[in-house]
Amino acid sequence: MSAASNDIALRTGVITRVAIFAVLILFAVYYLLPLFVMLVNSVKPLEEIRSGNMLALPEVFTIAPWINAWGEAQIGVQPTGLSPYFVNSIMMVVPAVFIATFLGALNGYVLTKWRFRGHRIVFGLMLFSCFIPFQIVLIPMARILGLLGIAGTTWGLVLVHVVYGLGFTTLFFRNYYDAFPSELIRAATIDGAGFFRIFRRILLPSSGPIIVVTVIWQFTNVWNDFLFGASFADFDSQPMTVALNNLVSSSTGVKEYNVHFAGAILAALPTLVVYVVSGRYFVRGLMAGAVKG
Amino acid sequence: MAFLEIRDLRKSFHEVDVLKGIDIAIDEGGFLVLVGPSGCGKSTLLNTIAGLETITAGEIRINGRPVNDLHPSQRDIAMVFQSYALYPNMNVAENIAFGLEMRGVSKPEREAAVGRVADMLQIDHLLKRRPGQLSGGQRQRVAMGRALVREPQVFLFDEPLSNLDAKLRVDMRTEIKKLHQALGTTIVYVTHDQIEAMTLATQIAVLKDGILQQVGTPDQVYASPANVFVADFMGSPTMNLVPGNVQSANGTTSVRIGAVDLPIAEPTEALRARAGQDVVFGVRPEDVTDVASADRSARYVETVDCNIDVVEPTGADKFVVTRLGEKEFTARVRSSERIAPGDRVPLAFNMDKVHFFDPQTEMRIN
Repeated sequence: MSAASNDIALRTGVITRVAIFAVLILFAVYYLLPLFVMLVNSVKPLEEIRSGNMLALPEVFTIAPWINAWGEAQIGVQPTGLSPYFVNSIMMVVPAVFIATFLGALNGYVLTKWRFRGHRIVFGLMLFSCFIPFQIVLIPMARILGLLGIAGTTWGLVLVHVVYGLGFTTLFFRNYYDAFPSELIRAATIDGAGFFRIFRRILLPSSGPIIVVTVIWQFTNVWNDFLFGASFADFDSQPMTVALNNLVSSSTGVKEYNVHFAGAILAALPTLVVYVVSGRYFVRGLMAGAVKG
Repeated sequence: MAFLEIRDLRKSFHEVDVLKGIDIAIDEGGFLVLVGPSGCGKSTLLNTIAGLETITAGEIRINGRPVNDLHPSQRDIAMVFQSYALYPNMNVAENIAFGLEMRGVSKPEREAAVGRVADMLQIDHLLKRRPGQLSGGQRQRVAMGRALVREPQVFLFDEPLSNLDAKLRVDMRTEIKKLHQALGTTIVYVTHDQIEAMTLATQIAVLKDGILQQVGTPDQVYASPANVFVADFMGSPTMNLVPGNVQSANGTTSVRIGAVDLPIAEPTEALRARAGQDVVFGVRPEDVTDVASADRSARYVETVDCNIDVVEPTGADKFVVTRLGEKEFTARVRSSERIAPGDRVPLAFNMDKVHFFDPQTEMRIN
């Protein structure tokens, strides 16, 4: 089969090749252009942006907009910059990712290796939760957070994101563990390992790729969430996304585009870092089990 | 009292009865092989002994102790799986020691035990490797090592050799037999390969559709199969089974197959009583030979001229296919015998080793 596809690749003419690469480059530029604009304009003084070309490289290089966005910009009523909200986001994302991933793994383990009557229905309902629009749950969720006494706190947001993430993390782990040989579980049972021991010693050490996939997925979703952050957070627990919105859409004063650009990049940076660090596992993880052997 | 006792064991999955009342007993140090075609319930039976499947009714006793309600880890058994089931994230030494670790055996003792087993199986040099870096035969040894190290009362083997290539399978078979002779531990072994069953077992249990067909020594099962299924299942090439009719005239009893009349020298009472009735006549290919290689210890040999349709040389022998009563019929002749398709040659039937079965019930007629 590979021999046949090699033949086809060899027979492709030069013109076709040029056309293919031209299209690829065009789309690459198209997708990179916004990032370029943001980067370039975040290191220009404001006058240069107002008077000049958005696409031009800076004449005067300055990192003042970055410092401003991070620590000085007026957000809401306080001139704090984005930094406290960045910390808020971290405080929210780390437990939300950890708890949802752990519970997803546990669910996947139970749904594949400790099946019970009705396990299909339970899994079906969890899958269904992946497709419920966020807006529907806003009011019931607000009520529950109120009842639990964690409305407006970071832990409230963590709970919301764990609940919402659970459907996906369970789906990921269930499908991964479905292909995990059950004979290993039986062997460990006979060897005398119990439920959690099998999970910790046999399953988890073999779950590297799917853990990476789940962490990236959950991290990106929770970090980028705006709706829940805007709905359920107080001033002292607002995540980065809400703060960025408050920075950019404030209706008073001069629009400091360079600061806005710098802030937007700051807000996007963690997800970029996570993806760059573990992205190759993401691709590999999504492909794992797609084909046999 | 038997060491491993299974009494009226029943197992149902929802509405389907998988095991329908199994009774087996085996003495300490015995080697019981459960054999049968796929789906006959032999693996399920093994899993119920292991405790990996619950049972619907009946009782399992190991060394006099009922184990029905005991967790697999408390039954004092060890199991070798078809896929070997080695923990992929642990090296060989950790794999072997895992069961001991779970039982709280101290580290120095574990290491000593692993060393002892590795020595016995000649896998010392592999102890630091991961299962992924091992060949099929090596994995098989590690899987056995994991079972051996626990020194259980009963070993359970679930088709342990079916993933190996033909040559390695024969080697490992010998090795398992040696191991059994050296350790003397009771073994229950599942296979669908009747040759494995014959070579390894002290007791064979043949299963079909969740019903025990016959239990006995390999010799008993092979020489006096209880019914048509067992006769057909055990032995390769399979036993010739052709319809015949019992004839009785002038005090001699014979079986008529097509145009051929084979006299039966010492017919049993049961067979004589069937005079005039149809039976299934069975004889193994090795008991139908060329005249020169007829069994000299046989008391009665009948020679019949047969037309040869096909000749299959195997190296050691030749199997020739002929026709008897319109049914294909295989005989074994010496490889030096010059026979070509279309020849008409005399074949010697060893009448000491013929079998008769009832065509309706398919049970053996003694």
